[in-house]
Amino acid sequence: MKALRNYIDKIKPNFEEGGKYQAFRSVFDGFETFLFVPNTTSKTGTHIHDAIDSKRIMSLVVIALIPALLFGMYNVGYQHYLAAGVEGSFIEKFVYGFLAVLPKIVVSYVVGLGIEFVVAQWKKEEIQEGFLVSGMLIPMIVPVDCPLWMLAVATAFSVIFAKEVFGGTGMNIFNPALITRAFLFFAYPTKMSGDAVWVSGDSICGLGKTVDGLTAATPLGIAKVAECPDFSLDMVTGFIPGSIGETSVIAIAIGAVILLWSGVASWKTMLSVFVGGAFMGWVFNTIGPDTAIAHMPWYQHLCLGGFCFGAVFMATDPVTSSRTENGKFVYGFLIGAMAIIIRVLNPGYPEGMMLAILLMNIFAPLIDYVVVQGNISRRAKRAMSNK
Amino acid sequence: MGSLFSAKNREVFSTPLGLNNPVTVQVLGICSALAVTSKLEPAIVMGLSVTIITAFSNVVISLLRKTVPNRIRIIVQLVVVAALVTIVSELLKAFAYDVSVQLSVYVGLIITNCILMGRLEAFAMANGPWESCLDGIGNGLGYAKILVIVAFFRELLGSGTLLGFNILNYDFMKEIGYVNNGLMLMPPMALIICACLIWYQRAKHKELQEK
Repeated sequence: MKALRNYIDKIKPNFEEGGKYQAFRSVFDGFETFLFVPNTTSKTGTHIHDAIDSKRIMSLVVIALIPALLFGMYNVGYQHYLAAGVEGSFIEKFVYGFLAVLPKIVVSYVVGLGIEFVVAQWKKEEIQEGFLVSGMLIPMIVPVDCPLWMLAVATAFSVIFAKEVFGGTGMNIFNPALITRAFLFFAYPTKMSGDAVWVSGDSICGLGKTVDGLTAATPLGIAKVAECPDFSLDMVTGFIPGSIGETSVIAIAIGAVILLWSGVASWKTMLSVFVGGAFMGWVFNTIGPDTAIAHMPWYQHLCLGGFCFGAVFMATDPVTSSRTENGKFVYGFLIGAMAIIIRVLNPGYPEGMMLAILLMNIFAPLIDYVVVQGNISRRAKRAMSNK
Repeated sequence: MGSLFSAKNREVFSTPLGLNNPVTVQVLGICSALAVTSKLEPAIVMGLSVTIITAFSNVVISLLRKTVPNRIRIIVQLVVVAALVTIVSELLKAFAYDVSVQLSVYVGLIITNCILMGRLEAFAMANGPWESCLDGIGNGLGYAKILVIVAFFRELLGSGTLLGFNILNYDFMKEIGYVNNGLMLMPPMALIICACLIWYQRAKHKELQEK
């Protein structure tokens, strides 16, 4: 640690104004503050400052994502070996999935951080760390067959139009990772939905087998067009086709525990998303239309698709969710309810979590406004009656 | 005749094309800019129709401006615009039927285009017919310019064609995995391209930036 600190201090002058590499000032600054907590303090006014800054918070979220990511990698291999009908050991399946997912992570980070670095250098600001999490979320919420160039285009679109134009990290209205997915979903629907994208059909580095036209439908897709599949343990453990990181409830639960234990995510939002989803699922079970997806039990709704992933990692995004404590309950409940409504009533899309969260992102400031105004008028009334 | 193209008249004609563009600076006429720009051909026809209607209605209202009582001026303006819109709509149906089908209700809706009423109220009611004519053509072309730029990108990236001619839909493009961007054909993308044009224009001209 000491040696690293000394080394950074030694090379630092090169990156400052007038130094040899001043064009990379923001990049250097980004890495330095990533490795060491900066010890700068504000010069004016009184500030109460937490010991951990936003780079440390972002790192915690990335750590919480790792179980779901590792499981997602294994599941990519598992689904491929299953659909191609070849035998493979645990290691082979995992390595196959690792090699299939790794390029997506690299593309997402290179494109997103590249744009962040350029913008930071251009506006002479520090590098903003928000993309650390988005860059990890993006590869986890796309199907394994999504081509890399599409991922790059969508990432660039979302970083520029959902984030930088609003003022960068902390100022965005929409979750950038979900905007990436929404862009892919509407721009290239053939590569984002249907039966052909959820399982990889190529052999990678000699692993697996190249088979044309491999298909595997997600349980939600089946429930949309045919009948509702029976609830099985695979839907909890995650051995079902789906976007890379979203299938395993258990792996996501580990992440949720990390987030809740460290206090990064709000339990109020998380819990109320599940309550909202369960409630709406129950409503459709009782009085819903006579379709297979409306008859799907509420607990199955919660396990399938991106529901858990969205509830744990996307709905709790501190920037785009409601910030008032009571507002979080309303915000979460409406996300859960809306996701199930879109799933059941919309004829076009089998999954509704992405659209539900994006929709409620728009309403989060309004919810906060109502909560704050309600509080103000309640206190005003109390003050008046005490007179 | 020298005064016909005096510096002031040239400015009346040219500012709507650039620094006072009705779409990117005044943000008028956005609705039709979203609706008709998914292909280049209807966008061009729409732009020309609006140009013709703005020019003629400006001239007519400018000639009438001293005789129309102030209270009923909006009704008179609407009657003039409605008559012109009907003429253009019938002409399109007669000579460019396919395009008029693609434009559907949006030809009729030119009557509600804010640019028209805006120019009549702001310019034609206070200026002579020749200046009003130049102002109408300038604003119409300024609108058409933005429509054509937006439609160019939307048709090229969304359908891979331009004016219906194949540009990107070749087999070798499909071999390397190129797919047309479906989002480009949806209205939100027209807004985003418009926003990019506004962004570009404001970055270039400091005087357009708000403090």
